[in-house]
Amino acid sequence: MIRNDVPITPELVKEHGLKADEYERFLALIGREPTLTELGIVSAMWNEHCSYKSSRIHLRTLPTSAPWVIQGPGENAGVIDIGDGLACVFKMESHNHPSFIEPYQGAATGVGGILRDVFTMGARPIAALNSLRFGSPAHPKTRHLVAGVVAGIGGYGNSFGVPTVGGAVGFHERYDGNILVNAMAVGLARKDAIFYAAAAGVGNPIVYLGSKTGRDGIHGATMASAEFDDASAEKRPTVQVGDPFAEKLLLEACLELMKSGAVIAIQDMGAAGLTCSAVEMGAKGNLGVELDLDKVPTREEGMTAYEMMLSESQERMLMVLKPGMEAEAQDIFRKWGLDFAVIGKTTDTLRFVVKHRGEVVADLPIKELGDEAPVYDRPHLANTFQPVIPPESVAAPVSNAEALKRLAGSPDLCSKRWVWEQYDHLILGNTVQTPGGDAAIVRVEDGPKGLALTTDVTPRYCEADPVEGGRQAVAEAWRNITAVGGKPLAVTDNLNFASPERPEAMGQLVGCIRGIGEACRALDFPVVSGNVSLYNETNGRGILPTPTIGGVGVLDDTRRHATLAFKREGDAILLVGETRGWLGQSVYLRDICGREEGAPPPVDLEAERRNGDFVRHLIHSGLADTVHDCSDGGLGVALAEMAMAGGIGAVMPECPVALPCHAFLFGEDQGRYVIAVDPDAAPDILYSAASKGIPVAIIGMTGADSLTLPGEEAISVAELRQAHEAWLPEYMAAEPA
Amino acid sequence: MKAAIVVFPGSNRDRDAARALRLAGASVSSVWHSEHELPHGTDLVVLPGGFSYGDYLRCGAIAGRAAVMDAVRAHAAGGGLVLGICNGFQILCESGLLPGVLMRNANLRFICHWQHLLVERTDTAFTNRYQSGQAIQVCVAHGEGNYFADADTVRRLEAENRVAFRYCDPDGNITADANRNGSLNSIAGIYSEKLNVLGLMPHPENLVDPLVGGIDGRGMFESLTGSLAKAA
Repeated sequence: MIRNDVPITPELVKEHGLKADEYERFLALIGREPTLTELGIVSAMWNEHCSYKSSRIHLRTLPTSAPWVIQGPGENAGVIDIGDGLACVFKMESHNHPSFIEPYQGAATGVGGILRDVFTMGARPIAALNSLRFGSPAHPKTRHLVAGVVAGIGGYGNSFGVPTVGGAVGFHERYDGNILVNAMAVGLARKDAIFYAAAAGVGNPIVYLGSKTGRDGIHGATMASAEFDDASAEKRPTVQVGDPFAEKLLLEACLELMKSGAVIAIQDMGAAGLTCSAVEMGAKGNLGVELDLDKVPTREEGMTAYEMMLSESQERMLMVLKPGMEAEAQDIFRKWGLDFAVIGKTTDTLRFVVKHRGEVVADLPIKELGDEAPVYDRPHLANTFQPVIPPESVAAPVSNAEALKRLAGSPDLCSKRWVWEQYDHLILGNTVQTPGGDAAIVRVEDGPKGLALTTDVTPRYCEADPVEGGRQAVAEAWRNITAVGGKPLAVTDNLNFASPERPEAMGQLVGCIRGIGEACRALDFPVVSGNVSLYNETNGRGILPTPTIGGVGVLDDTRRHATLAFKREGDAILLVGETRGWLGQSVYLRDICGREEGAPPPVDLEAERRNGDFVRHLIHSGLADTVHDCSDGGLGVALAEMAMAGGIGAVMPECPVALPCHAFLFGEDQGRYVIAVDPDAAPDILYSAASKGIPVAIIGMTGADSLTLPGEEAISVAELRQAHEAWLPEYMAAEPA
Repeated sequence: MKAAIVVFPGSNRDRDAARALRLAGASVSSVWHSEHELPHGTDLVVLPGGFSYGDYLRCGAIAGRAAVMDAVRAHAAGGGLVLGICNGFQILCESGLLPGVLMRNANLRFICHWQHLLVERTDTAFTNRYQSGQAIQVCVAHGEGNYFADADTVRRLEAENRVAFRYCDPDGNITADANRNGSLNSIAGIYSEKLNVLGLMPHPENLVDPLVGGIDGRGMFESLTGSLAKAA
């Protein structure tokens, strides 16, 4: 029987984030009072962050397979087949709470963690993306958080040496006390050389690799699963510190070791560190694990078993090695200046046994800790709906051009150059589409194949109608990949929601997952990896529901791609898709009229697919090299962005449908693209579209250096660009109020 | 031409440099930082971009004292060609092969963007494929690229025409706006006295492909392979 020097009181159980019934379940499982180390282990494994206990039954409804899916959810990252013997490995993960408490390190270690997830599977990272949501620009902390998060993402990715090629930045007061930092990494591997977490073989050595273990980040996973209050900033010691240099060495050492054939299984130490990695390797392989903590390389003297098991020190890995290959593996790690220690072995007992200073400090059933953790079907309320707002009921601006200029220079729609210039987006020399486009394009090695990458979600739509918002997030990712000429293949989802213990917030999660599932099924766009971040609320007020979708598509020939910039004067501008002037939940309604209301635009998934396939075909057949999707801010903002990117204006003589002009310009109807083509090619395109039942209309022509909207004076592209580029640098340079 | 790329722990544009060199016809090998010798017959040593040893001390300070740098200094002393890009430029300054230092960018942030450079002279092994006064497009990606040297050193560099490149606008004008990191005299790169060592902050190795920003960087690598072909 193992000793316990610390009495386990109800307070102690509560401090570990375990509910009374969960603790009872644990007691029944082990048939005795746990040690403090065991309590720490179970609290880490059964918290929301590691166990997905509130979301799991709903996540199961998502489509996760397709002929090109090699590995769906459940591993370190998802894997898809991109042809020619190559696989794309990718995942997105949140680091929300740490980034609010310590923005630089929180964001940096978020990037570090997701990169590790990707190279753990044997893939060399070739691109990073992120999706950031901050509070209101007027909130006193926002500037500090933006500066720290952006510097942290850059600081880690730039040094590690991966191009950060895309992402999103948005502001909303509902993120005031709880920002979102979602980081995505994409890697490339040979399809026949993917590495997995499941341990295999009894008596095989378990090896610790990478940096030493310190006292940083203890209980980070538990913090990530708690609501915030005003005292949360005091949790700073639970934030880890990143070392991108160590991670770069770990990457090179791991890839070298994998080539040697010594690796049976590998798992990175992320949330809940050694505990989570060891339990997952054992549980997935149906094996027990025995660890000897005296062998763990530590940074500090006198660390307890509890501290070692819960430390979230960064840049560490756990591997199961082929017996007899320890020396070869050790040589590789020594060459890279990294720690290497055999700290345990696999067993056939299905027990997770931890020894420290000659004593057994934990002896727990491994399956129940890992893949058989508690699962809840939490009560959830049906979503409430907002009324549809007819376009005629929304006031027209004094001038559409003036409204457009204001939108182009608004916090959400302004240029994010200030952000992405701090990210090395050109390293590796394969960035065909840099940040600022619909989707990033990175060529695969020397080409011609390439990947199209994007992150998308419209939180205000999800708030107004979770199902429709979930559908829209997936559809927009699919559309952005299509707009550059990519064939959408699969997604990773990062579900950021408020407390699942509040039925209305749980209802939002359930609704969004349903919407995501519907869209992924309709578009053959399965979910292959993901992450759930719950309890995103401060003092009882939740964030906007934010299911970020990271999409990946493939271009068979990167030379046949499209960008949004107008390229020639005299091109015909075509609008693909149906426009009904949907102003409910539009940026126009919110930022120009001051009304954040109404039902969001519905997504017709069949039309989405039809329109997208049509546009992609135009790109591949060389008929269109200038394409932009219509999203926030509608057609007007899309035209402005195309003009600003190309330095070429456009004339739109009239609104071609019977709608108020501002509804035509700023409505956010879904499934639409703007393309600019040779006017001689336009008739054939219109004919072909008509034969497929796809609405396409010629709405104007490119030319000159200003944008002319129906019945209005021209606005110069330079003036639009000034407004578009100025907001963020000026905001960041200003002194806090 | 035989090029050796020195790989320090934390180098991360070594593969980019290798690709650009191979494209120009060079044979490329890599040299680990703890080596004491360069591969036999090395014509060109490249110190690539990255964050050597994490750059947790001054950028390039530890790498400037690495074992392999004695061999690099000997190679340079014998007239051999050395090219340091970005972190490589910082290492050249720290190792005593080039004068001056690279300070934090004027805005104190890392910056990555397309950039034009004015080619100051075209009679060196690194630039003979360019036109005099040509503005080439490259990219920058650095947090500490703000070139500084004392007044005497700068006077000497200018008097001896050892400034290799200056930040300029697309038309080749040297302007304050085009000099975003705040470098003295808009200096983006400099030569050693014998013109056989070049250090520059921007990345010509990332501009060798029409799909990825253009091919203005090729000129440097083709100059190098061409020069050595002629010499051989």
